[in-house]
Amino acid sequence: MTALLSVTGATKRFRGLLAVDSVLLDVQPGEIFAVIGPNGAGKTTLFNMIAGIYRPDAGEISFAGSRIDGLSPDQVCRRGIGRTFQIVRPFPALTVEENVMAGAFLHRKERSAALQRAHEVLWQLDLFEKRDQLASSLTLPDRKRLEVARALATDPKLLLLDEVMAGLRPTETDRMVEIFRKLNRETGLTILLIEHVMRAVMALAQRVLVLHHGAVIAQGVPADVVRDPAVIHSYLGAEAAV
Amino acid sequence: MIAALFEGVLRHGLALLVVLFAALLAAPYIVNSYLLAILIIILYYAYVGQAWNIMMGFAGQLSLGHALYVGLGAYTAAALFVKFGLSPWIGMLAAIPVAMTAGAIIGFLAFRFRVGGVYFAILTIAFAEFARVGFDHFTWVGGSSGFFLPVANYTTSDLWTLRGRPVMFYYLILTMVVIAFVLCRILLRSRIGTFWLAIREDEEAARAIGIDTFRYKMYAVVLSAGMTSLAGVFFAFYYNNLFPEQVFNIARSIELILAPIIGGIGTLFGPILGAFLLTGLSETMHAILQGLGVDVPGAKQVFYGLCLLFVVMALPDGVWPWVARKLGLGGRKP
Ligand SMILES: Nc1ncnc2c1ncn2[C@@H]1O[C@H](COP(=O)(O)OP(=O)(O)OP(=O)(O)O)[C@@H](O)[C@H]1O
Ligand SMILES: [Mg+2]
Repeated sequence: MTALLSVTGATKRFRGLLAVDSVLLDVQPGEIFAVIGPNGAGKTTLFNMIAGIYRPDAGEISFAGSRIDGLSPDQVCRRGIGRTFQIVRPFPALTVEENVMAGAFLHRKERSAALQRAHEVLWQLDLFEKRDQLASSLTLPDRKRLEVARALATDPKLLLLDEVMAGLRPTETDRMVEIFRKLNRETGLTILLIEHVMRAVMALAQRVLVLHHGAVIAQGVPADVVRDPAVIHSYLGAEAAV
Repeated sequence: MIAALFEGVLRHGLALLVVLFAALLAAPYIVNSYLLAILIIILYYAYVGQAWNIMMGFAGQLSLGHALYVGLGAYTAAALFVKFGLSPWIGMLAAIPVAMTAGAIIGFLAFRFRVGGVYFAILTIAFAEFARVGFDHFTWVGGSSGFFLPVANYTTSDLWTLRGRPVMFYYLILTMVVIAFVLCRILLRSRIGTFWLAIREDEEAARAIGIDTFRYKMYAVVLSAGMTSLAGVFFAFYYNNLFPEQVFNIARSIELILAPIIGGIGTLFGPILGAFLLTGLSETMHAILQGLGVDVPGAKQVFYGLCLLFVVMALPDGVWPWVARKLGLGGRKP
């Protein structure tokens, strides 16, 4: 089976700082893959390279069989990668529905088709009732789901989720986990997520990659990774309580 | 198609719209020539305000140099008429691409090299100033001593050459306002309009959902420039004289953005309501001060400025969203 996304030796430096150091990873179609690691490990930077915000200083990124490193963020999205931002960025003065429609219009010319797609996604993310509210009036958990809905409306093959569970209460986390499971099961959506909430990682991910100081220190099925001494030492040790 | 146009419009909103439109249609039969001249000015500002609003209100790109497009449209159509006897309707077909090209050049320079916000605004001012200086020395169209269209005391109106009585100009500008309004409403509900709003709200997030922000910002500038140039054609044939010092003056650029700002940036009715309020206010002020016998130079401007200040402070989103809420029309967008 060929990977949907493969990152080969991706490296990113910010002046002296090596934020991401020759990362190697493959995400298979239909998989849910998690990237974990302590603060400042380079997770978001890795996402930003995949999403086209940064061009890697070295290495390659391929998606669905073609190179995408060096493409602009909008080109990457049109290839089929949707993303959320760690610090959510909804369109504040637009309604929930309009936010999602902006995504749905990407592959649809007609308003009616875009509206239909937006409603479908709003149902999936449990936001349909709130569709006429301004995005700026939403609570954080709702904003996080709106962020996902807007990305999802662009019909991605791969969804990049940057800490969408952070700051949620356990019940809300479980609700999100359930939503992603269902999306993955029913639509075959491939998900690459960054997450600190181990409860969500354990529940969702088929495979986990651990970053530390920009480098991969472990990779494998969640049950193995959490028992890896290097991982416990550098990351989980400090947050074992989670 | 027609039904789709009215989709999402509340019934009493539609009724109000019909009444307003009927009143505007009947106006020349009711008001005197002084009021008609004022209505023409109001509708002129409503039209250019609507055109400017596409860039600022929809796509979030602040232009402070829209006098450039007015001027280019005015000079192009006027020159073709005076020099070659071409109808302004033909002139219009030349004015639009000329202004669009100017808009495209400014847009390209700004958006390709990531000039945003105030720097973009300064760039638009700079281009209007270049044009002002350029036309001052462009003797073929009169240079700084002005360019004039032949005028006579018309008893009939010729729509083909736009030579005639104010009533003709009134209905012309009213038609332009209606078309611009309908066009903006269609745009706002379409793919392009939704993308513009996304760019206005958060450009990086817009890019993340696949929007080619460069391309859509270019569309906004070019369309806005083209629409604005038509106001210029109207201006040239209505006033019959053009001076670079006046036409391209930055004061013109500022004047034409006040209506949408006061009325409500990004709203469809904002530019129209704003134009009525501003010109109405200015004229009322004039009448009151005259009535009181106050003849202090600048008194009118000071009062005018204070009123604007008050509106901007009390209703920072503009008057229309507030009026719409009062009328139960939803309030945020029509
Ligand atoms: N634009 C930037 N300029 C300079 N340094 C940056 C930039 N973005 C990130 N960094 C640095 O790169 C390193 C990795 O940051 P990154 O945001 O990728 O970490 P992260 O793993 O996402 O952390 P967190 O869990 O806190 O979100 C950090 O040391 C950070 O300060
Ligand atoms: Mg991060």
